[in-house]
Amino acid sequence: MPQNTEIAIDVRDAVKRYGPFTALKKISLSIHDNEFFTLLGPSGCGKTTLLRMIAGFEDVTEGAIFLYGEGIDALPPHKRPINTVFQNYALFPHMSVLENVGFGLEMLGKSKAEARARAGEALEMVQLSQFATRMPSQLSGGQQQRVALARALAPRPKVLLLDEPLSALDLKLRKAMQVELKHLQRETGITFIFVTHDQEEALTMSDRIAVMSAGELQQLGEARDIYERPRNVFVADFIGETNLMEVTVDAINGGRAQCHLGGGHKLTCDAVEGITPGAKVHMSLRPERLFLSVEPVENESLTGRVREMIYIGTDTATIVDLDGGPQFTVRSSNSSRGNARTFEPGTEVAVNMEHGAGRLLVD
Amino acid sequence: MAGGAATGGSVQSETYREARTWLLLPAWVTLGILTLAPLTIMLVYSFLTKEFRGGVIWEFSLAAYDQFFFDRGLFGDEPPRIEWTYIGIFWRSIWQAGAATVLSLLIGFPTAYFIAMRPQKERALWVFLVTIPYWVNLLIRTVSMKFLLRDEGPLNEGLMAIGLISEPLGIVNTNLAVQLGLFYSYLPFMVLPIYAAVERYNLALSEAAADLYAPRWTILRRIVLPSVRPGIVAGCILVFVPSLGSFLAPDLLGGAKTFMIGSLIEEQFKGNAGNWPFGAAASMILLTMVLILLILSARPSRKGVR
Repeated sequence: MPQNTEIAIDVRDAVKRYGPFTALKKISLSIHDNEFFTLLGPSGCGKTTLLRMIAGFEDVTEGAIFLYGEGIDALPPHKRPINTVFQNYALFPHMSVLENVGFGLEMLGKSKAEARARAGEALEMVQLSQFATRMPSQLSGGQQQRVALARALAPRPKVLLLDEPLSALDLKLRKAMQVELKHLQRETGITFIFVTHDQEEALTMSDRIAVMSAGELQQLGEARDIYERPRNVFVADFIGETNLMEVTVDAINGGRAQCHLGGGHKLTCDAVEGITPGAKVHMSLRPERLFLSVEPVENESLTGRVREMIYIGTDTATIVDLDGGPQFTVRSSNSSRGNARTFEPGTEVAVNMEHGAGRLLVD
Repeated sequence: MAGGAATGGSVQSETYREARTWLLLPAWVTLGILTLAPLTIMLVYSFLTKEFRGGVIWEFSLAAYDQFFFDRGLFGDEPPRIEWTYIGIFWRSIWQAGAATVLSLLIGFPTAYFIAMRPQKERALWVFLVTIPYWVNLLIRTVSMKFLLRDEGPLNEGLMAIGLISEPLGIVNTNLAVQLGLFYSYLPFMVLPIYAAVERYNLALSEAAADLYAPRWTILRRIVLPSVRPGIVAGCILVFVPSLGSFLAPDLLGGAKTFMIGSLIEEQFKGNAGNWPFGAAASMILLTMVLILLILSARPSRKGVR
């Protein structure tokens, strides 16, 4: 994570309303200079609306947006030093690849020679130099994607916005582009604001992630923070796979909360603010932080029976019915150093937690 | 694929071919009766000898074309000189039709763009509104135009009432009146194809251009217009071609100085001035011109990659 903490984009109490519908409810967040920042959320959560407000395609109903300390709400899109990679690329179909990439530079009043040279450099950056004279329709989806990227990078914007740019690519290409995007961000030092609904993509690339839902910011933090210390049920459920359990808090002792879930199984985990004994709350248990054993390894293991085992390549997922309680999914790695073991359905097993696996959530 | 089928395929494809012949028959008959036959008759008649007061004598003659292009004096015994009268009429027609087309484009493009930018469910209503006046007969619409434009009409009176002009503009019987008449006759033919093209236009392209620092007019010129060009070309052809051969607007709104090809041809087949071969020849020349124009406009125009 870059240590430079100058703020590139500052969104202050931004509200967006369309008639009676509120798309964004008072969002405030600061995006650092030279940061790979991701807006993550399901469709309709307001992430694209926020991105379009930063680009200038939507006005801000209330609140304000600042670019390096200067208010930009009055500026039309073509006067903002911000470029966008659009979801479906929006390449100009009647212009060659080089003309597309040089368009922004030309509009900025650069000389033809300079526009050409810099467009060429941008194409080189995305390894498409040999396609400069082609028309967009002659390129594959992945190549069009790169042209769109080069076109947005060529004018060297202060901030680059990416609106689900990888969603139309197949899985393999998407993975390759994720790495390449991250690399390009480091290389150019431009602040990237990336919008996606794919949590894995967000975790892979981002310095920081803002998880959004229903027009509200749910949690903002580094990938590890969000994955390991989700703040509420929505974040825990949306990011990655988890066992979401309803538990009752029995007592809180020295920062540890003793809880039980249906069937009387007892669990202890770190207490969080806002939780009092007697409260019914949710607990998130990541499947890969759990492990199975024939005999309980500590006195707090949960006991149950294996329902089925599912082989998923790198991992094996085991579904366990807890005695008198809910269902659990436990993931174990299939590597030779891993802990995958085969259990016949119906086998009695103990589900054990790694230290810190359980996370209490405030709703 | 024919022939791709294994044994027995030939029998099947034969039946298929026979069925296809019969199924295509209506199209061929229509094409033959409505297009080829009239054109052939016209072409043949243009090379026949004229009968006074209409009709033809079945005798080959180049007289019609000769009369169109050459002047041999009153008794036809002088050395031929270029006859400028008809070429002049053609030239004026092209100019009038061209002006009407430009006028239609200037009004039609913003109209079409406006309609295409309305919410989806409103668009049909707007298209309907554009076409409503065209439910009225063209003759009546053209006569109405004359009433609107004449010196005592609402246009002149209105402008005088608000003090913009002190005396009537005298538009009727001028080229402008004919152009306005043609423009009004064929405006929907401009609006509809452009609307169809703009509706298909991907608005994200305009956003992308704005995002890349292009101001509004530049977006229109560099991105929107090239994208909807096929619609514009179609609209221009659909207005220009019928305007070129039109006789109602020039007859009703124009005067002696606004005589156009349509009227010239009409005169040869109607009334006493009848000269069928000459009318047919003028029609063939008009047709040739339109064909050349269509071929030129159909040429793929990619203005080279800079």
